[in-house]
Amino acid sequence: MSFKATARESGGITVVDVSGRITLGEGSSMLREMVRDLIDKGHTKIVLNLGDVNYIDSSGIGELVSGFSAVKGQGGELKLLNLTKKVHDLLQITKLYTVFDVHTDENTVLSSFK
Amino acid sequence: MGSPTNRIEVTLESVLDSVDLAEDISLRVAVTAGFDEDARDRIGMSVREGMINAVTYGNRGDRDKLIFLSLELDGNKMTIRILDQGAGFRLEDLPDPLAEENILKTSGRGIFLIRAFMDEFEVRPGVQGGAELVMAKRLPVPAGRAK
Repeated sequence: MSFKATARESGGITVVDVSGRITLGEGSSMLREMVRDLIDKGHTKIVLNLGDVNYIDSSGIGELVSGFSAVKGQGGELKLLNLTKKVHDLLQITKLYTVFDVHTDENTVLSSFK
Repeated sequence: MGSPTNRIEVTLESVLDSVDLAEDISLRVAVTAGFDEDARDRIGMSVREGMINAVTYGNRGDRDKLIFLSLELDGNKMTIRILDQGAGFRLEDLPDPLAEENILKTSGRGIFLIRAFMDEFEVRPGVQGGAELVMAKRLPVPAGRAK
């Protein structure tokens, strides 16, 4: 399944529903452009819903980190929602699970923003 | 007497499509070898990361430089070799991606993931230069033969 990302608004928070593969090339670069575009438009409360992401490589992990840092640099927050087992395991192995604010319920993550 | 050795060798260009192709080939071989889905995922990702390393950091995207991929089944394990034509590197020179000062870096996790996912891994200098990544995964024990 190829990469796809769709943004929607919910109470001043942007939820990006991501599906497919976040890998070197198309997936990671599209995610990078989307997060940058959101920041440029002033959206700095972002949730990446990764429930349908079936594969991510080190480049994709790098893009998650890049987005996290870029949003934080603008005074905002980027949080993760609905990790698949593969993504969850990768974030655990790379010790990034504790860096990101990870949630399993959309209402919970939306109410967690300051 | 041991099982016969089966070996595939592929020469690839230093382009992103080669990363996907190498991953696909390795997954097909892993299916043939009887690995379960989790092991196949780890093998596929390790090959992917090794190829990214070869294309991006080894050959630096130079299309005049090639990547030599080999996959071998010898009855005990699946061994994968990825040889580039770059400057080579040493494992001990790579920064630790888990170190506090590196945790938010956007790159530098590929080799770490290979080491985590494969049973054996080493980096050798190529005979004619470059770096050769050698990784192996033990074959699954057939049902009924497990102790």
